[in-house]
Amino acid sequence: MHIPLDYETLRLIWWLLLGVLLIGFALTDGYDLGVATLLPFVARNDEERRLTINAVAPHWEGHQVWFILGGGAIFAAWPFVYAVSFSGFYLAMFLVLAALILRPVGYKYRSKDANPAWRARWDWAIFVSGLVPALVFGVAVGNALAGAPFRFDSDLRMTYEGSLLGLFTPFTLLTGVLSVAMLALHGAGWLAVKIEEGPVLARTRRIALGAGIVSIVLFALGGLMVAKGGMGMHLVGAVDASGPSNPLMSGSAPLSGGWLGNYALHPWMLIAPALGLIGPIVALVGISLRKGLLNFAGSALAIVGTIATVGLSMFPFILPSSIDPRSSLTVWNASSSHLTLFIMLIVTVVFLPIVLLYTAWVMKVLAGRITLADVRTSLDFY
Amino acid sequence: MDMAVVELSRLQFALTAMYHFLFVPLTLGLSFMLVIMESIYVITKRPIWRVITRFWGKLFGINFVLGVATGLTMEFEFGTNWAYYAHYVGDIFGAPLAIEGLMAFFLEATFVGLMFFGWDRLSRVQHLFVTFLVALGSNLSALWILIANGWMQNPVGATFNPQTMRMEVTDFYAVLFNPVAQAKFVHTVSAGYVCAATFVMGVSAIYLLQGKWTNVARRSMMVAAAFGLASALSVVVLGDESGYTISDNQKMKMAAIEAMWKTEPAPAGLTLVGLPDLATQQTLYAIKVPYVLGVIGTHSLTGQVTGINDLLLQADQRIHSGIIGYDAIQKLKVNQNDVAARAVFEAHKRDVGFALLTKRYVSDPRQASDTQILQAARDTIPNVPVMFWLFRGMAGLGFGFIAYFGMAFWCASSCQFSKPWFLRLAVLMIPLPWLAIEGGWVLAEIGRQPWSVDGVLPTFLGASSLTIPQIWTTIIGFTALYGTLAVIEIRLMIASIRKGPIEPHYPVAPAGSFTGFVPMPAE
Repeated sequence: MHIPLDYETLRLIWWLLLGVLLIGFALTDGYDLGVATLLPFVARNDEERRLTINAVAPHWEGHQVWFILGGGAIFAAWPFVYAVSFSGFYLAMFLVLAALILRPVGYKYRSKDANPAWRARWDWAIFVSGLVPALVFGVAVGNALAGAPFRFDSDLRMTYEGSLLGLFTPFTLLTGVLSVAMLALHGAGWLAVKIEEGPVLARTRRIALGAGIVSIVLFALGGLMVAKGGMGMHLVGAVDASGPSNPLMSGSAPLSGGWLGNYALHPWMLIAPALGLIGPIVALVGISLRKGLLNFAGSALAIVGTIATVGLSMFPFILPSSIDPRSSLTVWNASSSHLTLFIMLIVTVVFLPIVLLYTAWVMKVLAGRITLADVRTSLDFY
Repeated sequence: MDMAVVELSRLQFALTAMYHFLFVPLTLGLSFMLVIMESIYVITKRPIWRVITRFWGKLFGINFVLGVATGLTMEFEFGTNWAYYAHYVGDIFGAPLAIEGLMAFFLEATFVGLMFFGWDRLSRVQHLFVTFLVALGSNLSALWILIANGWMQNPVGATFNPQTMRMEVTDFYAVLFNPVAQAKFVHTVSAGYVCAATFVMGVSAIYLLQGKWTNVARRSMMVAAAFGLASALSVVVLGDESGYTISDNQKMKMAAIEAMWKTEPAPAGLTLVGLPDLATQQTLYAIKVPYVLGVIGTHSLTGQVTGINDLLLQADQRIHSGIIGYDAIQKLKVNQNDVAARAVFEAHKRDVGFALLTKRYVSDPRQASDTQILQAARDTIPNVPVMFWLFRGMAGLGFGFIAYFGMAFWCASSCQFSKPWFLRLAVLMIPLPWLAIEGGWVLAEIGRQPWSVDGVLPTFLGASSLTIPQIWTTIIGFTALYGTLAVIEIRLMIASIRKGPIEPHYPVAPAGSFTGFVPMPAE
């Protein structure tokens, strides 16, 4: 079969699509996670909690598919990344899965029984299901930046030499908390456009102000640690961007401050960290002006900026190894075959726009603020 | 490889997959039954059909949410617990999983929210269309998952690349239109339809026995009887046995199911029941139907169904051949441009997977003794008595469902489901489809052992490099979580069934929709 795009271009496209998927996930499911994290703090009684839950209830199922699609797409396009990260971060991954399993069940089952103890337990479950994944995703990104302890043998079988606790360092905790704060800000933005003015929204704004400020401070601090903390890698030797996907055939070495190299080469890339800082500021302005949409747009910008910053800083690295630099996974050595990348691109180009279209239509049909009165009367609400 | 890690990983995969598949069949079937019920509502505009659709929709929702939640685990488990498998075949196997997400699961999950929350925001036809998209999405989802699973059973369209040490796709079209995958898809979704039809029959029968909600129950049963009969026929007629002659390993599976040790002259007879005896390699007290197996298995009167012993010899030969290919790969690792090694590799590459079987006994297959090779060849025989009985259990239930739905059809026309004995039978039938379905999955997966991908990658090589405490932690964790959720789910199902299709009046009548349909109008 003749493939009209060369291998290098396809790898680059799939690196971009990986970013698109992660951003798609963080923008949609991210606000569900944020709302779940905010639940115990913004909603004090049962009606308020139901109001908060029903702000995301019709959407979480679709949003969660971004996570599933992310897993599938990484499997299909970056099988090395799929195999190394999920088996390496084994117990952390279990925590995320367990939390995410609790979430839909929590939404759906919580209000099926009026017993307050039953509902209180599910409220906890929903809170955990928002907080834990947000934290672990942030910690995982921190570990990708810092490098993970894995190596390959000549059959390309991976061994991982770390532990669950080893994932948590001061830097990765910082990225974890940053992720929680940013998604809480985003969740607050969604509540600000989705629920009626009232006590819940007032509390949401107060918490969102804090989350916005924490986001700005931690993003700046994290940037400083990336620059000065001895992180970074660079490619060594001849780079064959169309070479076989075999990490052991390419060369990488640690380089302190290496994650800043791309910005010196391509200053336009500084847009990404700039967005990471401006986004929360825009959100803060939106909160103070009581413009829900501005709050939501600001937190969305913050998410796009942050994910893009991580991707662009590390490029072409995807998951560096901290114990065996040459095992590091890069855009040029960790992808699927040329043909698979091409077929998956066609599928994505055809179906992703369709998905976006019908998601928008569903959003439109279900548009409008929900109120405590709706909560009291609707037959369909959770 | 630490075999304890492999066995525990298998245990966890079986637990999570079988648990996930408690919910999926009901989703597959009930979604289409909702489409049928809602279509009747849209066509007849009779409010009772809206009540019926919403009632079964509520039960669908309770079930659906656990299917979605536990599906998450499946999407990532190939990475967490089967990392080398993910590396080795991800180039082919990952694609259907990703396409499933993009093409099917997004559709199903995005519209399911609207299906539940959009009753007052959509016109009748629009809402029906949304319900249809949910059903379409969940069934397409099954298609892509079974394309992935079918490839594990019959790995077409791919070849080993010594540069990347993995299988890579050569013909995506062959992967898509893999006959094993197509047969599995029809078989599996039909089984899901039978499951849902039996569930709707059983729950409705409870109402009829109690004399409650009879208007809803009788109509639901009518739909379920028709839907169930068509599906039960489809499960058996389009069973996936048709794919068993395609490859050596599929042949081994069929021979094991039939406990057929020696190749018989064509067309071979089908053993209905008997006692397979491993020691003497005979099936005692066998009741055989002449010719039938040959006809089913090969779709001809002259095709031969190969027995286990001949297949064992073939496996032994393929291991010897594969070791030569394995040696060539080691040479290519050192020097990619070794032309002689490349030629040897090309000649023996289809048997390389067989050489890997010896890794269970010796770290370098090239050092394997003839005894070890024979031992590895013996590993290709699945557990014959288990296969033999599982298949008979599943097939017996399959024919049982045809009889049951045939009876339901007759009952619908002759007595309007008024016979208590039939209603009691319908209640007792509820768990049986699940038994058949889980049995079928175990049959398919045990039948493929020792391979995770037939002839390509032995299961024991596919596991991640994890520690035993790590896997125990997640097994215990998943068991506790899933166990709790199962109890809660069943409690909610029972509570919803007990409550019945009752709905409070609309506080505010939405324009153009029917209001106040409780109590039900008498017939």
